[in-house]
Amino acid sequence: MLDGPSVVAALKECRVTHVVWVPDSEIGTWEGAILAEPSLTLVRVCREGEAIAVAAGLHLGGKRPLVVMQCTGFFEAGDAFRNVVHDLKLPLLFLVGVRGYEAHQRGATNDTCPVFAQPLVGAWNVPHVLRRRDDDPACLVSAYRQTQTGNTAVVLLLGE
Amino acid sequence: MPMTYREALEVLAAHRGDRVVITTMTAVGLWPGLSDTPLDFAYIPSAMGHAPGLGLGLALAQPGRGVIVVNGDGCTLMNLGCLVTLANNPADVYLLVMDNGLYEVTGGQVHAGTGHTDYAGLAGAAGIRRAYAFDSLVGWRAGAAEALSGPGPVVVWLKVEGRLGQTTPKAPRPMKEQIERLRGALGV
Repeated sequence: MLDGPSVVAALKECRVTHVVWVPDSEIGTWEGAILAEPSLTLVRVCREGEAIAVAAGLHLGGKRPLVVMQCTGFFEAGDAFRNVVHDLKLPLLFLVGVRGYEAHQRGATNDTCPVFAQPLVGAWNVPHVLRRRDDDPACLVSAYRQTQTGNTAVVLLLGE
Repeated sequence: MPMTYREALEVLAAHRGDRVVITTMTAVGLWPGLSDTPLDFAYIPSAMGHAPGLGLGLALAQPGRGVIVVNGDGCTLMNLGCLVTLANNPADVYLLVMDNGLYEVTGGQVHAGTGHTDYAGLAGAAGIRRAYAFDSLVGWRAGAAEALSGPGPVVVWLKVEGRLGQTTPKAPRPMKEQIERLRGALGV
């Protein structure tokens, strides 16, 4: 299950140093666990594109950041993502919450976020995987390792 | 009378020390004539105003180093929340807002903030305690040492001349090479 403690444990295993985020109602529940872990620094920013730029700077400076946002912010942050992934070619991990995914699977929402999130990430031509909240947190470790071994950015979409 | 963009950068060059200097847009074309070390990073395109974020990340990763970001006024307006983010994450970032009142690299169009935007005031309202404004070369020369020393974040609003008919400058070398030089100089 992907919750605060399990996510923090996975980030520790990956030796992530910073979580740069704009949270949503699902991911935001991890905040207490992140703040309680001394090896992690939480960096709060105002917009998702800014999160990407801050993470890029952290990486250039030798740290190991994770970028966390909701898909709505990912939609807004397109050029920052394109720039860091395809111009700077930085191997960052992005954890992107897909608002309304579970409800969409049940046919219980008109939210179009789940319709467009995965195709849009795919359009950016970057490795990505979709996971659900009750999946094994090892998926986070695996995605992070893929950034390192493949020297590539990776997006982990989290169905909410 | 406002200073020229180059005059403003000449003052910066005299005071930058061994800090990282991130340039964007117009400054990318001028700065290599003043400094072209591995600590000079030409961030173009800057993803519609994200050089302050890049600088903040570098400063958080390298405490004590200091990062100077030379940003345009148009760039700053595209990501105005960066002022709040800088205030919320204290680090030695020195953000220079080069206010020529134009989108200069696209030929010189007036933007939404031209002529009525107080960037030092915005910085102060965002919670940045050290904000400076200089609208003359004499003033900037006199105040640069103070503005560019001490702890960050610092915002410096510089009123500079706008130029029409300019084209988008190019970085002095490929991004991959820039990154390797910068990380090498930082010992990463």
